[in-house]
Amino acid sequence: MNQKYQARIYVTLRPSVVDPAGTAVQSGLAHMGYTDVESVRIGKYIEVNLSATDEAQAHTQLDRMCDQLFANPVIENYRIELDDGE
Amino acid sequence: MKFGIIVFPGSNCDRDVVYVTRDLLGQPTRTIWHEETDLHDVDVVVIPGGFSYGDYLRCGAIARFSPIMKQVIAHAEQGKYVLGICNGFQVLTEAGLLPGALVRNRDLHFICDRVPLQVEHTDSIWTQGYSNTPTINLPIAHGEGCYHADPDTLDRLESNGQVLFRYAGINPNGSLNNIAGICNEAKNVIGMMPHPERAADPLLGNADGIHLFKSLI
Repeated sequence: MNQKYQARIYVTLRPSVVDPAGTAVQSGLAHMGYTDVESVRIGKYIEVNLSATDEAQAHTQLDRMCDQLFANPVIENYRIELDDGE
Repeated sequence: MKFGIIVFPGSNCDRDVVYVTRDLLGQPTRTIWHEETDLHDVDVVVIPGGFSYGDYLRCGAIARFSPIMKQVIAHAEQGKYVLGICNGFQVLTEAGLLPGALVRNRDLHFICDRVPLQVEHTDSIWTQGYSNTPTINLPIAHGEGCYHADPDTLDRLESNGQVLFRYAGINPNGSLNNIAGICNEAKNVIGMMPHPERAADPLLGNADGIHLFKSLI
C-alpha cells in the first residue's frame, strides 16, 4: 500500500557560483537602510506531492529527480524535506 | 551533408538555421520535432536558439528530457556532428554533452548586441574556415549566457584546446575566461552563445557566421 508524501525541495546556487540577482537584492536592502546585511543568495523552492511504498523509497526517487532535473549539480545544491502527505 | 534542426516547443531560431543550410548553402535539411525518435538520416544535428519549454526551471533543463535527446546523445557518441546555438548550447550542457553550465548574465540584463569574438584553434571542423579571420563579429541575444565551470574543468578545456570562441572586446555577460563557445574533447560537439545563423547572409551586412556552416560541407 503506497503512502502519500509531500516533499519540500530547496535548490541553492553553489557557493562558488556568483549570484548577481542576490547581489542586486542586497543593494536594495542597503537602500532601505539594512547596511549590515552581509550577503543575499536567491534559490528555488519546489513542492512535490508523491506516493511511495515508504519514506526511503520516496527519498530515493526525489534524490534522482533532483540530480537529474530540479538541480544542476554543476552550479546548484539541493536539500529535501519530506513529510507525511495525509 | 544533411542537416537536422531540432525543434522544441519554444525554439525560435530553427527557421533561421534552415535558411542558412538549405537556402544559402543548398544542403538537404529537415526540421525534427522534439517528439520524433529517429535521426539516422542526418549528418549534422543543430539545436537552435530560443526558449525551449519557456526556459522554466533552468534554460535547457526540460528540453534535455525530450524524446529526441536520446538520439542526439547517441548521434554525438558515434562521433557525428552536433551544433548547439544559444539555447542549444544550454541544452547541450544540461544533457552532459558539453561541460559546465550557463547562468544568469553578470549584469542581469538580457543582452541583444553584436560582439567581437576571437576564434581560437582554427584546426577544428567548426573553425577551420576562420584561419584568415581570427576576429569576427556575431550577434548575441541571451539572458543566461554566463559560462560557468569549476577550475579543473576550465583548465582541461583550455589545455585541450576546447575553447573555440572567446569574447574579444568587453566580456558582455561575465563568462569565465571570456568563453563564448566550446567543444567537447572529441571536437564533434560544439556549443556557442553567439548566433552564426543570424550573420550568414551578406544582405544583412555581416556574413561572418556562414563559414562555421561552410566548414562542415
